[in-house]
Amino acid sequence: MTKDLVVAGFGGQGVMLLGQIIALAATEKGLNATWLPSYGPEQRGGTANCTVVVSDEEIASPLTDKPQFAVIMNNPSMAKFEPKMAAGGTLIYNSTLVTQVPARQDIKVVAIPANELAEQAGSARSANMVMLGVMAWVWRDVFTQEDLLTAMVHKVGDKRPQLLEINKKAFALGYEAAQKAI
Amino acid sequence: MSERILMKGNEAVGEAAVRAGCRLYFGYPITPASEIAEYMAYRLPQVGGTFVQAESEVSAVNMVYGAAAAGKYAMTASSSPGFSLMQEAISYMAGAEVPAVLVNVVRGGPGLGDIQPAQSDYFQMTKGGGHGDYRLLVFAPYTIQEVVNLMPTAYELAFKYRNPVVLALDGLIGQMMEAVEFTDFRNPDEIPIPEWAVSGKFRHGGKKNINTSLDLIPEKLEAHNWKLQKKYSEIEEKETRFSYFGVDNPETLVVAYGTVARVAMSALKKLLNAGRSIGILRPITLWPFPKQALAEKARHAKRIVVLEMSSGQMIEDVKLSVFDPNKQYEFYGHPGGVTFTPTEIEEYLVRG
Repeated sequence: MTKDLVVAGFGGQGVMLLGQIIALAATEKGLNATWLPSYGPEQRGGTANCTVVVSDEEIASPLTDKPQFAVIMNNPSMAKFEPKMAAGGTLIYNSTLVTQVPARQDIKVVAIPANELAEQAGSARSANMVMLGVMAWVWRDVFTQEDLLTAMVHKVGDKRPQLLEINKKAFALGYEAAQKAI
Repeated sequence: MSERILMKGNEAVGEAAVRAGCRLYFGYPITPASEIAEYMAYRLPQVGGTFVQAESEVSAVNMVYGAAAAGKYAMTASSSPGFSLMQEAISYMAGAEVPAVLVNVVRGGPGLGDIQPAQSDYFQMTKGGGHGDYRLLVFAPYTIQEVVNLMPTAYELAFKYRNPVVLALDGLIGQMMEAVEFTDFRNPDEIPIPEWAVSGKFRHGGKKNINTSLDLIPEKLEAHNWKLQKKYSEIEEKETRFSYFGVDNPETLVVAYGTVARVAMSALKKLLNAGRSIGILRPITLWPFPKQALAEKARHAKRIVVLEMSSGQMIEDVKLSVFDPNKQYEFYGHPGGVTFTPTEIEEYLVRG
């Protein structure tokens, strides 16, 4: 089993963190994982993305030019990554912010109103955690919800319990939305 | 071995150095190497070490020169433009036979270039980037785990041969995260102070040590140079490292190191599954270069394909190693901070 995922959005949407939580969950499960950030001046207000590869084998390339899975948080990222998706891949996008609906017929497309759901949970800033919940459903053959929630706590800490509650709620809403959508 | 930790490449460099016994870090920040300094600034005080942010790379590397001359495990790290600034002191260290581990997280050049991953410092690192006849032992790990595994070796060999050792990374290995397992801690107090160290004459029974690269008598300096060359020959004979993956006598032999080798592995696996006669030789030491292994693996090869994130530097060593004008040498590269993708390598190898 080898799966790859691109997470892309604006700098500040927590796309790097989302990728790191998934890589951490994989590592804690004894799987191999790589996390590769885009880095450089493009992060300042521009687009940011990271690539996560999870495998039960040794990982060769940590970067992929044909992602099997993508979480797209804004329009510029949609423009950049929709054409790159592997045929048969799954593209999940934040339908609150992304107005450019994907046109490709050879990929699975899942619309999740991530910001809306995050606001329901208590903060629009938890849109990335909504998507973590979505990924918990999409990659349910790899992770349990508990795996990802534990990794989330390990990554963001539990010093601010209120925030953690919002994040957990956002996760649950994302998981539910994905169950309905897929 | 301990638990697996998900860690950034640059941070793993720092932790591995601490575990190898390094307690002295002198640095100046630069993307994409800054996290090494950041990590050491946080980590060294916890283990009784010293971190100094110098006013420049020139200053940082000369602090390493001083600490290492006293026989201590010291380190600095930088990225290409900063590493260029260090060349003078590196030449001095090579001349004075002072050991240290230096990390170059290579980025696109020339000049200030950009901050993306590159391999265009190959010539600088392997041919002696400063003045004079000298060589550096250059390791080019391709995963974060290999970075960690090579760190204690880097220090051991630096001190065994009294020569600076370079870990050649690139922006991608520095910035990515991966699970790593660390070796146990080496207690720095148990690392013996070498006989040659400038660490107080009473420590050496009243013997005064002088570490210098200066010798104004040409005949003596010539003798010193021949001594250095003899040492380099010994390093070439004993410390060359490489890995090979593929069929025994490949028709197509790929040569790549570091990140490029790792990306190429994805392509190689696919092509081998498809039954192609192909293999990849990955130099782990860029100097000494695995000449013999390469010549052997190339014996039956028709195509020798060199992949580099540069406009073609290692290919010169590949040609010198194989030394056969009847082979077909191909170079495929990306200078300027552009990274290969697995698909383009696969397509190139199939297309020819």
